[in-house]
Amino acid sequence: MSAATDTVVPEAPVITAAGYWTGVLKRFSRDPVAVTCAVIVLLLILSAVFAPYLGLDDPYKASMIKRLKPIGYPGFPLGTDEQGRDMLSRLIYGGRLTLFVGLVPVVLAFFIGSAFGLVAGYAGGRINALIMRTVDVFFAFPSVLLAIAISSALGAGIVNSLVSLTIVFIPPIARVAESATASVRALDYIDAARASGGGALTIIRVHIIGNVLGPIFVYATSLTSVCMILAAGLSFLGIGVRPPEPEWGLMLNTLRTAIYVNPWVAALPGLMIFITSLCLNLLSDGLRSAMNVKD
Amino acid sequence: MFTYLVRRLIYVLPVAIGVSIICFLLVHIAPGDPLTAIMPVDATAEEQAAMRSAYGLDKPLPVQYAIWIGKAAMGDLGKSIATGRPVADEVFAAVRNSLLLAFSASVIAFPIGLFLGFLAGYFRDTIFDRLVTAIAITGVSVPNYWLGIVLVIIFSVQLGWLPSMGAGPGGSGEWTWDYAHVRHLILPAVTLAVVPIGIVARTVRALVGDIFSMDFVQALYAKGLRHSDVLRHVVRNAAPTALSVMGLQLGYLLGGSILIETVFNWPGSGFLLSNAIFQRDLPLLQGTILILSLFFVGMNLIVDVAQAAIDPRIKRS
Amino acid sequence: MSKTEAESGQQDRGGPGQPLIIAKDLKKHFPVRSGLFSRRSATVRAVDGVSFDVMKGETLGIVGESGCGKSTTARLLIGLIELDEGGIIFDGDSLGGDIGLKELRRGVQMVFQDSYASLNPRLTIVDSVAFGPKIQGLDKPAERARDLLARVGLDPDRFAQRYPHELSGGQRQRVNIARALAMEPRLVILDEAVSALDKSVEAQVLNLLNDLRREFGLTYVFISHDLNVVRYISDRVLVMYLGEVVEIGPSEAIYAKQAHPYTASLFAAMPSMDPDNRTEEPPLAGDPPNPIDPPSGCRFHTRCRFAEDVCAARKPALSIIGGEEAHLAACHIHEPGSGHSLANREAAQ
Repeated sequence: MSAATDTVVPEAPVITAAGYWTGVLKRFSRDPVAVTCAVIVLLLILSAVFAPYLGLDDPYKASMIKRLKPIGYPGFPLGTDEQGRDMLSRLIYGGRLTLFVGLVPVVLAFFIGSAFGLVAGYAGGRINALIMRTVDVFFAFPSVLLAIAISSALGAGIVNSLVSLTIVFIPPIARVAESATASVRALDYIDAARASGGGALTIIRVHIIGNVLGPIFVYATSLTSVCMILAAGLSFLGIGVRPPEPEWGLMLNTLRTAIYVNPWVAALPGLMIFITSLCLNLLSDGLRSAMNVKD
Repeated sequence: MFTYLVRRLIYVLPVAIGVSIICFLLVHIAPGDPLTAIMPVDATAEEQAAMRSAYGLDKPLPVQYAIWIGKAAMGDLGKSIATGRPVADEVFAAVRNSLLLAFSASVIAFPIGLFLGFLAGYFRDTIFDRLVTAIAITGVSVPNYWLGIVLVIIFSVQLGWLPSMGAGPGGSGEWTWDYAHVRHLILPAVTLAVVPIGIVARTVRALVGDIFSMDFVQALYAKGLRHSDVLRHVVRNAAPTALSVMGLQLGYLLGGSILIETVFNWPGSGFLLSNAIFQRDLPLLQGTILILSLFFVGMNLIVDVAQAAIDPRIKRS
Repeated sequence: MSKTEAESGQQDRGGPGQPLIIAKDLKKHFPVRSGLFSRRSATVRAVDGVSFDVMKGETLGIVGESGCGKSTTARLLIGLIELDEGGIIFDGDSLGGDIGLKELRRGVQMVFQDSYASLNPRLTIVDSVAFGPKIQGLDKPAERARDLLARVGLDPDRFAQRYPHELSGGQRQRVNIARALAMEPRLVILDEAVSALDKSVEAQVLNLLNDLRREFGLTYVFISHDLNVVRYISDRVLVMYLGEVVEIGPSEAIYAKQAHPYTASLFAAMPSMDPDNRTEEPPLAGDPPNPIDPPSGCRFHTRCRFAEDVCAARKPALSIIGGEEAHLAACHIHEPGSGHSLANREAAQ
């Protein structure tokens, strides 16, 4: 007893046990690019959510005589579309559906894909083979093709877009979750926990989820940009959101004929998609380095 | 190597079957009766029943699948509802045009992506690195269907230098490598090249940067190798991964060109697909997706085998 | 003794004469799968018929080159991997018959080599130590954990709330020991538990282990490739080669005279401080053969300098060495009438 306590050696420098997330937040806040992008994305989301309270024109109000007015036209700071509707208003309102359909599938796929990946990675064997071989089949489609295939079969509509995009993003997330889980599963502390009599669910809850969710989450954030582009792309093709709803992809499509009349107004909805997707990508990169996740 | 090839081939088979099942089911997850898409609206009940049995739609699903896949294996993908021509003919003509576009885009994208990525990885953490990273992230973030429109606005509408539509003068027709045709290829190929430039540059940058930070590079310098010889070692280590990324991108280009082809009215598989969607031409839709996805599966297989052939670390047992 | 037993909460059932754990003919073959349908194309015979017993309160050292099946044996003893064949008897109760895995794991705990990989990086060390007691429904797991941290020399006020990356390797291994002890085990398996530590830290941890053994009346199975360490801590030593036991016996006996040529070459490979005792040529040439397809007969015959035809033809049985019943070796040289040219001379001695 005495010998045991006497052998205390101050081997490691004393570090205050700072929580993991405090460190992540600190590192993230030191990254000016990521912070800027976070602010922009936040503003886009807020303006979309609170669009009705911003004192904008009615985004559905058409006017035959005020069609395709250029940027800076009195009363229409960003001009009007092919039906004479206010572009500024439609762009801000357009964020509602575009962001919703662009982000929600990744959130859904994050939960579903993680669950599949965790089960496959922890259980191994036949269960793993069953889940992962199915995932392989869906993975065999390029994501654009799969989204278009499912969407075109289901038909246009917001719910159908959500369903098809969620299906597209479950397999990649499941793959990442599976490999993260399998590598954590092989560590000795899982064996130690099993030796302590922990059941599978307890071990997944206490010892695995906390260690794999970070990398899966970062990976999922890197998919949001692709999902945005795809979601708007489906509407652009006419198999996403239906007119006359304001949605960036759909607006880009209906304004295509206007490129000879008023090209820069026609390009605006796409610019919004581009800015959002760029910010989402940079945000994801910032998050990745703040969370110390390696590729 | 041979056993690896065989094993990889055996592995691809169930994936291909799975892909075909999904393509088959597409028609059946479509809301409503698949028959309504084929039949005129005023068809009588007898006509519908006759059609149903003619298409085998009265049989159980697995049987329908077996019949469908059996015919597909023989090259019979049914007839297009809109044009009445065999789906297989339509699809293969379109795939040829898509491949032309995808290869042209690769020819633009891969050298640029490799060059930028290598330089950024070599000059890690310099202003140049940051510039390339910015270009790369812009490339992967841009919705390419919008970029296509912007390029049309600039080069066709404003400057009038290049045509905005079609694959040649006077609409469709056979492709030839002359000035009039190539002019039509430039804008869609450049548009399509932007995303792979970003992806290839990003991958190669990370790859080269990592290799340069490995101990063996230090050892090579310590051994007294000339700089150019060290570079050769680095390139050789980066090559397998870089090649496989490019191979996969080629596959993605074929699938990803759908939206671009719509923007430029390029008569490829994507254009065909969007027409099929627009006209609810289900056999055409099903056949196009099947062919494209099988092509992608085949591309993955080729990439894997090629990578195994050049990368000594992949066991060939 | 009686006090520590009461403290450990688990009753001694078989009495002092009953070995704490008996391993009977343990076998574990890992399939090497290949092909799409996961056909079993080959098997690695990681552990191939290993038998031994560990008496209460003693320390059994297990030595051998990497890949000889030491760690697999350890994991079999604690039920982390399933036995293909053979049986385990824990204090008279057979696993699968009298007791289940759950009961076995209450009595047997393990400390792993990689101190970092064996602690969850997202849990404070007090939570890691308290996890087992919590699962088992023991009283006041956190308090118990803090007591144990103090016992292994880590002041709970300073260390309890730290994360593994804020500790040194030696400190982490102390945490792992506390974690094992939190389950109130009677047998602790130490799988290369000190191998990754600096020499000075290693000595401290070994002393700690000796103290804890006395204090809690523990029994150890100590796995290591370091013969000096094994000699320091073990009462008996078991030598493994390619999944089999080649020699087992009291430490002094084996350290004084190695009966099996493999054991002898292992000891010859040990660095010596005595300049007169230095070997000029490497005692063991080459790598161990592939356990997928182990050599016939005596598995060591491909590398043994005494190998003769009989060694490849027939597997030697464990036989008594030097008239001492506790000392056994599996070598034809020590088996009278085996047909090995040295066997009879050995018998005559």
